[in-house]
Amino acid sequence: MSTNDFPSNAGTVIIGAGIVGSSLAGELAERGRDDILLIDKGPLSDPGGSTGHASNFIFPVEHSKDMTQLTSDSRDIYREFDTFTNSGGIEVARTEERMAELKRRVVSAKSFGEEAELLTPEEVEELVPYVNTDIIKGGFYSKGAGTCDPLRAGELYRQQAKDKDALSTAANTEVTDLHVENGEIQAVETDKGTVQADEVIIAAGLWSPKIADMAGVDIPLSPAVHQMVSVGPIDRFEDGEGEINYPVIRDMDTQMYERQHGNDMEVGSYEHRPILWDVDDVPSIEESPLSPTQPPLTEDAFEDSMQHALEIIPDVLDDPDAGIRHSIDGLLSVTPDGHPLLGPIPEVDGLWSCAAIWIKEAPAIAREVSKWMTKGHPDIDIVAHDHVARFDEYGETEEFVKSRGYEGYQKIYGIVHPREQWQSVRPLRTSAFYHRQQELDAEFFEAGGWERPRWFESNADLVEKYEDEIEGLRRPNEWDSRWWSEIILGEHLHLRDNVGMIGDTGFGIFDIIGSDAEENMERICVAPMDLDVDSSVYTAVLAPNGGFVSDLTVARLGENHYRVITGGAHAGQDKTWFSDHLEGDSELIGRSSELCTLGVWGPDAEELMNSIAEEEMTADSFDFAEMKDVTIGAVDAKAFRISYVGEFGWEIYAPMDQGQRLWDTIYEAGQEYDIRPVGTGVYGETGRMEKSYRLMGAELEIDYTPAEAGLTLHGVKDADFIGKEAYAEGIEEENSATLCTLSVTDHAPDGGERRFMTGGEPVLDQDGNVLIDDEGRRSYVTSAGTGPSVGKHLLMAYLPQEYATEGEELQVEYFGQQYPVEVEVAGNGGVFDPNNDRLFRNEY
Amino acid sequence: MVLALVEHDNGEVDDTSLETLTLARDVAEQAGESLEAIAFGPEADGIAETVGAYGVAVLNTVDHADLDDYAPEAYGRAVVQCAEETGTEAIIAPGTDRGAETLSHAASKLDVTMAAEVTDVEVGDDYELTRQRWGGTLIEHARLSADTNLLTVAPNEISASESGGDAADVSAFTPELDDGDLRVQLTRVEESDIEGVPLAEARVVVGGGRGTDGDFSELEDLVEKIPNAALGSSRAAVNEGWRPHDDQIGQTGNKIAPEIYIAAGISGAVQHMVGCKGAENILAINTDPEAAIVQKADWAVVADLHEVAPAMSEELESRGHAD
Amino acid sequence: MEVLTAIKRVPETGAKIVLTEDKLDIDTSSLGFTFSPHEECAVEEGVQLVEEHGGNVTVLTLGEEDATEQLRSAIAMGADDGILLESDEDRGPAGTAKAIADAASDADFDLLLFGNESADTANHQVGVRVAEQLGLPCVTGIKDLDVTDGTVTARREIPGGSEVYEVDLPAVVTVKEGLNEPRYPSMRAKMQARKASVEHDEPAAYDEGLELLELEVPESDDSPAEVLGESPDAADDAVDVLEDLEVL
Repeated sequence: MSTNDFPSNAGTVIIGAGIVGSSLAGELAERGRDDILLIDKGPLSDPGGSTGHASNFIFPVEHSKDMTQLTSDSRDIYREFDTFTNSGGIEVARTEERMAELKRRVVSAKSFGEEAELLTPEEVEELVPYVNTDIIKGGFYSKGAGTCDPLRAGELYRQQAKDKDALSTAANTEVTDLHVENGEIQAVETDKGTVQADEVIIAAGLWSPKIADMAGVDIPLSPAVHQMVSVGPIDRFEDGEGEINYPVIRDMDTQMYERQHGNDMEVGSYEHRPILWDVDDVPSIEESPLSPTQPPLTEDAFEDSMQHALEIIPDVLDDPDAGIRHSIDGLLSVTPDGHPLLGPIPEVDGLWSCAAIWIKEAPAIAREVSKWMTKGHPDIDIVAHDHVARFDEYGETEEFVKSRGYEGYQKIYGIVHPREQWQSVRPLRTSAFYHRQQELDAEFFEAGGWERPRWFESNADLVEKYEDEIEGLRRPNEWDSRWWSEIILGEHLHLRDNVGMIGDTGFGIFDIIGSDAEENMERICVAPMDLDVDSSVYTAVLAPNGGFVSDLTVARLGENHYRVITGGAHAGQDKTWFSDHLEGDSELIGRSSELCTLGVWGPDAEELMNSIAEEEMTADSFDFAEMKDVTIGAVDAKAFRISYVGEFGWEIYAPMDQGQRLWDTIYEAGQEYDIRPVGTGVYGETGRMEKSYRLMGAELEIDYTPAEAGLTLHGVKDADFIGKEAYAEGIEEENSATLCTLSVTDHAPDGGERRFMTGGEPVLDQDGNVLIDDEGRRSYVTSAGTGPSVGKHLLMAYLPQEYATEGEELQVEYFGQQYPVEVEVAGNGGVFDPNNDRLFRNEY
Repeated sequence: MVLALVEHDNGEVDDTSLETLTLARDVAEQAGESLEAIAFGPEADGIAETVGAYGVAVLNTVDHADLDDYAPEAYGRAVVQCAEETGTEAIIAPGTDRGAETLSHAASKLDVTMAAEVTDVEVGDDYELTRQRWGGTLIEHARLSADTNLLTVAPNEISASESGGDAADVSAFTPELDDGDLRVQLTRVEESDIEGVPLAEARVVVGGGRGTDGDFSELEDLVEKIPNAALGSSRAAVNEGWRPHDDQIGQTGNKIAPEIYIAAGISGAVQHMVGCKGAENILAINTDPEAAIVQKADWAVVADLHEVAPAMSEELESRGHAD
Repeated sequence: MEVLTAIKRVPETGAKIVLTEDKLDIDTSSLGFTFSPHEECAVEEGVQLVEEHGGNVTVLTLGEEDATEQLRSAIAMGADDGILLESDEDRGPAGTAKAIADAASDADFDLLLFGNESADTANHQVGVRVAEQLGLPCVTGIKDLDVTDGTVTARREIPGGSEVYEVDLPAVVTVKEGLNEPRYPSMRAKMQARKASVEHDEPAAYDEGLELLELEVPESDDSPAEVLGESPDAADDAVDVLEDLEVL
């Protein structure tokens, strides 16, 4: 297409022709989109974004199943295009701490199905003779690692789409505006003309926020510098054929890599102080000496990196003819949590984001997003952690994005604990209970931007009180006990014996209101929605393939009024899903910031609450799952008889402005019962693990069906709903796997320190082989947490049917060591109080 | 009076000097002054007619036994003395190596600042100049205010035009030189004799990229048919192992500055374009009309290089260019 | 042999230059800094000459404190010492030449190397003026340079060949890109250069006769390529192009 015949209409417009946009074009064409227009302000095939300066290596192993899968799939795609070179890669450790982390990586590789092994320094030297082995303790060898050519892959993807007659491209075409009407995308305006479009995807890399702004929405990312220099010519590489003959080295402790590229050595660093840019300061193509994303190296920031590079590969860098031939502050995108920003943008129908993606995972992410667009859901779970809507209502300001981007930058090669908390821009969202919790020395964790107490230092006395119960569950290893406290175990036991209050406004709450609210709710939710007013139900929400979109609680507040309560970290995604699937006149109204939630649970909860409420608050007056108006002291609220910790009690919803009064009323009256504030260490972990309650994003994900998760308690209702067919089939069919709860039977099989898993570990049979089900899914620990009431460390994992029986003895691998475990519960039901006597207030 | 330095080759005036005369005449007219010229060398009086046609009233020919050959500082001295004798308000020289060098010496001797690469002058109390910086990518408007304003003219920016006039009066002028003025003299002239041109010095570079599919034979043939030509390649071709690393043009390879770069089957990645930004002209041969190289080229042939290159070789041969 | 090379800190610009609001300067907020290719060749030549003949290369610049970065780059290429003539004001060519000549007159340099003209202001005269003030011979625009027995043989390109100048040392030579292939500094050299000490000096003020009024970015020609044809038949036109450029 010449620039003169810019089209006036297109089915799909993709903005950005880097690896992401080009892959999207190919993948969408593959899935039947036949009128795609790909626009970029730069020329093809290198329009000047991050794709053009990336170092292009692929290390497939991550501590996340989805990312490992996406990276591995991308590698397959690059390979199909003949744009992948399997050089292998080695992460080297200079410290013992890093060596332990490399062991953890081997375990993750095992969990998620990548080949990996630990190397001694001598073995590293055999593979990469120029590494200075005097300063390393060993290495992590990823045989499957390699390098790719994303510019070429992009070209081939575009060609593929053009061969189908599905794609036209408009290079050197700058987007100047997005037209939105009635919350729907209408057209893309460019300097070459305006094109009407049914759907628009922003795949513009670090320019994405600027494009999003044209539609009045946010894509929360920031450009950040990744420094890289290229040193050559290196004599050693002269005789090598092709671009790479030695494994890529990642010098993890200095956050650097050294990668051969022809007769050059590319030395890249994430070590330097984070340098974040404003997108408006990124120069135009014409103004850039190299390209917009390749500003000159900030030399002083690179000084330590030069020192470290000279330490690790002195032989190569001291080659007498070699000099620094190229050096840049390469710009890439960082997000507030390091994850990509994918999916439908909540505020504008037909507008999608596909941004903040590394080269190594781009083609597969584009493939999954194209599935999301064409059939309503991806096959790999990029919804739970990568949905662009996850910062909805709180995390889209420049200060937040920049501060978290700055903080996250240092984690790129860091050793990140699975429970590690963000430090910057906190507190951001505080509930009405926050000051009271602070007074009680709460240790706050963050979820969905909300400050939530994990435990209370003021409860330290409970550790002494329950010394005997806690004794065997102490965690002597620093890693195991990082971001954790024994106080959690004390709080748990106290709540089970007396009463605890959990002030936990981390919920995402929204209302669905409209004359057709019931029809809408029926269509979206698995459970029947013809509820009585004031009653509620726990339900799954499924994708058309039967995979999990969410699990949440729905209460009916009126004939045409439903309230949806979901996890705070998942609120944005769920809101987007509901609003995208609402039909007719029903409206979605966000309530998260208006309402606070205070849970009161435990054996004394009934007596306590009944004593202060105007209405009767007893097991007799409240059915399970019933939600009713109550007045507690001076506060009008809604009490909801439900529990995520397996105890009798209520979640009480009050207006946020009266939350502190509610807290004080209950806390003061509760002194008689020794009420204690309890943190999410109990609510989210110990309590739920003992009860085998599933967690969205951990157990509940797109790979497994509700039947496999043991969540088909509602059967199949008559009304049609999204995912019904697959759901019904899942119930009929023999499961390939069942979600089980296991316990660790020996924490120190070889003596020494007792270890406590944190999640993500592979589940092995007695011979040490990873369990794999009929569908090729590997068993790994989806959640881990201690159950103090049962005196065991508990794990959840999907096991192949043949292993999913109570008493089955298996193993898990943790930091290179194997530990015996036993299946406690196969399928639904808790390890503690399996009959739910406590929850239902039966005699016990 | 305005004095213009005129360079000539045995009586034939250089184009740059004609441009200089055109600007100098404009300055003289604005200032209401007469235009004179100064020329060196044995055949200098042979240009009287030409410079007259450009409005020069008097041609000062430098007559000095030691100045038959170029000697920059002495030239500068001569210009200064000529200007002082004739009461000059401006001296204008072509922005050539010699012109700039001569006038720099003059400026230094007069203790005034010279303005280089000038394209336009507005004469008022001072001279308001337009001049080029950054190789013409930036224009400077500046004010020059000296007793004598010295400026060199940016080559190829002004179109030379005659004003119609009789041959200039020739006035021979003999400068008085100091010993030091002849410290530098042209020693000799050598003819170049270049075989096997290195990439960085080639006047024509033919580059091949992924579009060659590894077959560079047609491009090699083409290079052989063009004098002072060399063959290079993109990083993609080197990465594929098709060409040695030494052939790579780009950020991390060779930087070329030919008269014309013929880029065949090269997409024009940023790192490649950095290596060839010194090229005066680019001819792209590429099957993709949207390739970056096509956007940046001056000419493009949108076709397969494996067909275009042999056709070019054939055409060169049939026109008698091939060796 | 004692060599002085003078360099100038200039921004590394793209195809299109952006100006500051007052139009008196280039907006360098997203640009890096370097010194011009001519001067890189001057430094390289100095280093090579000293490698051959022994001695020292001193690299000198006139500018603000941050021009130290360019001195260090030259030191990383092999220069031995750096001198910063610190001056906050924008100096013209006469003032620059005077400051350099004053600084150089204190030392006995055998060879003073300059770029033929600066990349940014292109005044084409600093080297000559320094030579004039110091009473030294000067050749400009040089693309080939030899030193033997106290004599510089310098070549300047002309169509079809070169002019050869033989000049006794000490001398000033201004050079052009193509003189040599400047080396890329090694990482270790770069590290060491960052720690090298740089001498500071403050030149006297100077009044220049050339005053900047305003800068202007010319309209750029971003028209796409002229398509000669879409088949091998266009080879004829391609050869026409070569003929027109007189490269055959």
